[in-house]
Amino acid sequence: MNNAILPRWIDIFLLPIINLLAALCVAGIIIALIGENPFTALVVMLKGAFVYHGGLGYTLYYTTNFIFTGLAVAVAFHAMLFNIGGEGQAMMGGLGVGLVALAIDPFLPPVLVVLLGICAAAALGGLWGVIPGWLQARRGSHIVITTIMFNFIASSVMVWLLAGMLMNPGQMSPETRSFAEGVGLAQIHVIAGWLGIEISRSPLNLSFPIALIVSVGVWWLIWRTRLGYIIRATGHSEKAAIYAGHDPARIIMIAMAISGALAGLMALNEILGVQGRVILNFTSGYGFTGIAVALMGRNHPVGILFASLLFGALYQGGAELDFEFQSITREMVLMIQGLIILFSGALAYMFNPAVERIYLRLTKQGQADG
Amino acid sequence: MADLWLQFVLTIDATIRVATPLMLCAMAGLFSERSGIIDISLEGKMLLAAFAAASVAALTGSPWLALAGGILISLLFSLVHGFACITHKGNQVISGLAINILASGLTVTIGIAIFAQGGQTPFLSSDQRFSSITLPFAQAAGSIPIIGTIYKEILSGHNLLVWLAFVAVGLTSLIVFRTSFGLRLRAVGEKPEAVDSAGISVVAMRYQAVMIAGILCGIAGAYLSVAHGAGFVREMTAGKGYIALAAMIFGNWRPLPAMMACLMFGFLDALAARLQGVSLPMIGEVPTDLILVLPYVLTVVLLAGFIGKSTPPLAIGTPYIKER
Repeated sequence: MNNAILPRWIDIFLLPIINLLAALCVAGIIIALIGENPFTALVVMLKGAFVYHGGLGYTLYYTTNFIFTGLAVAVAFHAMLFNIGGEGQAMMGGLGVGLVALAIDPFLPPVLVVLLGICAAAALGGLWGVIPGWLQARRGSHIVITTIMFNFIASSVMVWLLAGMLMNPGQMSPETRSFAEGVGLAQIHVIAGWLGIEISRSPLNLSFPIALIVSVGVWWLIWRTRLGYIIRATGHSEKAAIYAGHDPARIIMIAMAISGALAGLMALNEILGVQGRVILNFTSGYGFTGIAVALMGRNHPVGILFASLLFGALYQGGAELDFEFQSITREMVLMIQGLIILFSGALAYMFNPAVERIYLRLTKQGQADG
Repeated sequence: MADLWLQFVLTIDATIRVATPLMLCAMAGLFSERSGIIDISLEGKMLLAAFAAASVAALTGSPWLALAGGILISLLFSLVHGFACITHKGNQVISGLAINILASGLTVTIGIAIFAQGGQTPFLSSDQRFSSITLPFAQAAGSIPIIGTIYKEILSGHNLLVWLAFVAVGLTSLIVFRTSFGLRLRAVGEKPEAVDSAGISVVAMRYQAVMIAGILCGIAGAYLSVAHGAGFVREMTAGKGYIALAAMIFGNWRPLPAMMACLMFGFLDALAARLQGVSLPMIGEVPTDLILVLPYVLTVVLLAGFIGKSTPPLAIGTPYIKER
């Protein structure tokens, strides 16, 4: 869409905020309709996310998931690919960590197991991204449909393995045995304890700083490297990329491999950071939330960081709502998430004409006065 | 041998029950996509309709009002989809995704607010639901070998909405390929500018298409909660909307092949249910998880052009911008 009239700050800050407010307004109306006070709910959410004991830790723990899945969607978006397979790619990432840990944790030191596990998460996630990429690039299948199908296939593979050959013997629930002692990413409150600082317990772990480093890496890749430039060029105009001597099919596959690998890294937070074993459904929709995060963050790592924090707060605050209100549950968060995707994604430009008109009137007045 | 035959007949009977919502949703997707609007929100609309229908049935006791309620809510959300994709030219996949996520949240949130049963609706008694229709002489015919069993077990004993699904397929085929509306519908999905220059509104055509899709998803949702099932449970569509989408693609955006794909996917589902925990000679324990994943794998293989060639409508996914 053309934003020639509006200055950048309106496009980047004001419009996303207006869209977010519109989504929250609708959510507020629904909360009022089911007989609760939306403002009380908002206060409870904010307190739960930032103020209460351990709240911030939980918020940042959720944020970590969304940084990974949001970056995954964004990298694909830059190549004009819509990767809605983050969910399946994250599952496969978890499987990668699990397979490595289960295979070698009796023999090798934990640090090495963790490092290899991280590589395996990226590799298997990347594989689950590159196959749809290949199918799109070389066989012409629609990436949206293929990635949807791959989510279901990944989910079936997980059920089949976790309830079958990977299942912990002597247990009834579909999960693997626990990894060996020390195989995992340390939690922040434990690390702080080593340093003599007391902070409240939360599942926040070393995945969070890793996510921040990865964000910088993605920024560097997309805006500072040759490959990133080619990815963006391919996204803007395939013809131009061909003219410049690049093979779009190859770029599509590379972009999807990176995207899948980023989604796969989400498993670090859940599997290495918290569970210490592979469980079923550990992705719980975070892959889909990544789409909302990338949309709100305008596919830029800084924007994604803020959007991840917003959704992290929403998830943690939503958990708090569960405790405080009789009639509000976690699903309320899902509803708000859907509204945010609708307003800041599908209806992203609905408010553009109105904002443009107001802006023009204001600036004209300014010129007339001056 | 007789036992095996009965097992087979019962599996076919189950196939039809499972395939009914798939067929309705596949036809919904077909109308929408033939007009150029991608619809991955079949799942969400069906879920919302299932919830609305079960709620109305629980509150009023009438399956007919329930059906109307389901259709109405699904229609409402198809209009949201249209508003985003047609009026505001938003991304069709994002809009569909938003509706799916919204549906998951909204059904449980409102369900708890109304019924306070953890997101479920109360159990519906048989007079609040569409009951199964026993065809004349079904009981007597059952004793006749083969034909009688087919009549009694496969044809008889389905509820009204099952029959409606088959009618919907026939009607879709007729409307899309034998009426001027259908011609315009297909044209608008292939070359909207041609339809526009013929003086027909692209916007109006596409709105009509998504609304028909909404109605059909509404019937599918009502089938799940007030005909096949007896009440709403959270996430009760469980990916059926996506399977229907896959079936429609598998059928190459054509009604009859799409119906066959729905029946095939339904058969796989019914087969997996029947073979759960069964040990077969030679194979051993049947890996039912792998049977259930076949629809998705087959669709990927088909889309990749390894079996036949898939030809989606040309203008699918692109909003129409009228030149001035």
